[in-house]
Amino acid sequence: MEKNTIKQDSGSILIKGISYFCVAIFALFCLFPFALMISSSFMNEQEIVREGYKLLPNEISFKAYDLLLNNSTQLVNAYQVTIFITVVGTVLGLFMMSMAGFVLNRKDFKYRNFFSFLIYFTTLFSGGLIPTYILMVKHLHLKDSLFAMILPAVVGAWSIFLMRNFMKAIPDSLYESATIDGAGDFRIYWRIFIPLAVPSLATIGLFSALGFWNEWYNGMLYIDTPAKYPLQYFLQRMVSQTNLGALINSGAVINTADLPTQSIKMATAVLATGPIILLYPFVQRYFVTGLTIGAVKG
Amino acid sequence: MARLMHKGGNIVREIIKNRVLFLMLLPVILYFVIFHYAVMPGAYVAFVDYNLNKGIFGSHFIGLKNFEFLVQNGDLWNITKNTLLYNLVFLALGNIIQIVFAIMLSEISGKWFKKVSQSVILLPNFISMVIVGVFAYNIFNFNSGFINTLLVSTGLDRYEFYSDPGIWKYIIVAFKIWASTGYGMIVYLATITGINHDLYEAAYMDGATTWQRIRYMTLPILKPTFILLLLFGMGGILKGSFDLFYNLIGTNSVLYPQTDIIDTYVFRSLVGQFNFSMGAAVGFYQSLFGLILVLVVNFIVRKVEPDSALF
Repeated sequence: MEKNTIKQDSGSILIKGISYFCVAIFALFCLFPFALMISSSFMNEQEIVREGYKLLPNEISFKAYDLLLNNSTQLVNAYQVTIFITVVGTVLGLFMMSMAGFVLNRKDFKYRNFFSFLIYFTTLFSGGLIPTYILMVKHLHLKDSLFAMILPAVVGAWSIFLMRNFMKAIPDSLYESATIDGAGDFRIYWRIFIPLAVPSLATIGLFSALGFWNEWYNGMLYIDTPAKYPLQYFLQRMVSQTNLGALINSGAVINTADLPTQSIKMATAVLATGPIILLYPFVQRYFVTGLTIGAVKG
Repeated sequence: MARLMHKGGNIVREIIKNRVLFLMLLPVILYFVIFHYAVMPGAYVAFVDYNLNKGIFGSHFIGLKNFEFLVQNGDLWNITKNTLLYNLVFLALGNIIQIVFAIMLSEISGKWFKKVSQSVILLPNFISMVIVGVFAYNIFNFNSGFINTLLVSTGLDRYEFYSDPGIWKYIIVAFKIWASTGYGMIVYLATITGINHDLYEAAYMDGATTWQRIRYMTLPILKPTFILLLLFGMGGILKGSFDLFYNLIGTNSVLYPQTDIIDTYVFRSLVGQFNFSMGAAVGFYQSLFGLILVLVVNFIVRKVEPDSALF
């Protein structure tokens, strides 16, 4: 913050020192569970049973990963399901939300306030979990369908308003000149607005994708077939159950008694977190922009 | 009537004129109509004795009996109290910690250190609560948890965290703060970096110490943001973090007295007990109470700071 260090009173040095110390400690606290999870996943099963999870194992074992990756496990299915819902959900959502944002920003669209309120009101009042469940299962017949994890989360009210605010920054004159050139509404949206809205699409798309990647709740409510579990729900089942035989499609290859029950839980968690951690440094910039914009504008 | 007809004619004309725009908006409107508005009448299930085969509107109407039962058995009071208290602590403590860390981060001059620590503190925001649940298991479970590993290695006895309801209050709050500090910190940090730098320089010239600068400049500037976030948080105070609670507590009923919130209760009445009406009654109470709170809070915000009101 301070560029000119004319006077550095002892108090300011103390505050600086305390700041460095506290921030460093808190940052270490943020990293610690990740480090513990990763080191635990490489532990030998006997060592876990004997001594428990620890940060620095005596011996490194790849058995849990070997088992998860080299056998046809449900994990592969879960990955496929999660990638499918993430891609389809994000693309579909961005398409729907950007069109809505475009229309709701059009000043010549008479009912934009009415429709904005219609969308906004849903953030104030909801029917609740049980009526939603009845609708999804009894009326939409989405039980055990992958779309039960995509459709309920495909668009978000705040994201639409965020999109609309982004569109506001694009000058109206662009739209007017395009109309004079004879372009239709959809053409204007697709050829002019979408290319200009790429930064906002990227930000909202990343958040949306992250939401789908972390999806487990609708999976828990609506999905019955283990092969259709999303990654995070698969992980949740893995950790909360003691009998992992059903979740790991071992067939005749592995004797379930030999399963490294404890380390395999952590290895699954590592594999479920992995992509986020690997992508995090690259996309973090967008996240921070999105966070601040989201906070300033509703 | 004639005017209405006229108006209706206008709408039709408008739709025909702007049919492309209406078509473009249609998918999103369909989504909200189906997944939000079509669900609202379903709240009626709270007033019936729900029978799966007869459907919501075919089931026997029993009025407020579901609510009476919930009040009488004390469940409603317990989960309301828990939800309110947890959210109050999350809000107040969470915001204070976020402000403190934002100020500390703004005082740090090392660019590299600042960047790395900011990224690391933000990291927990992006993992799923399922993974937070795994962390808790990794640290607290009886047989192999990290803390028990430490206890055993120092010659002490293992501690059964998962059967001690008292301790989970603190664990839940700690994980919530752990997971949400990064986000709020960045929001506050953005406000601090938005402060005109000349103001700080002028304060320096006048001989203000760092502490005085924080006390008399930064904190007062953050105060409105803090109050607003607090007020708006109040509107959602009956909404629980189901993700967090379910992944930490799961179906461990020993811990319910201190850790059951409205959302976990409703979830259980659906999945565990198939008691649709009871769950819907609690859900309806939560939504209605929430709506009233939002309206009241918005009214207060409009009185205090008209520019910041939601509507």
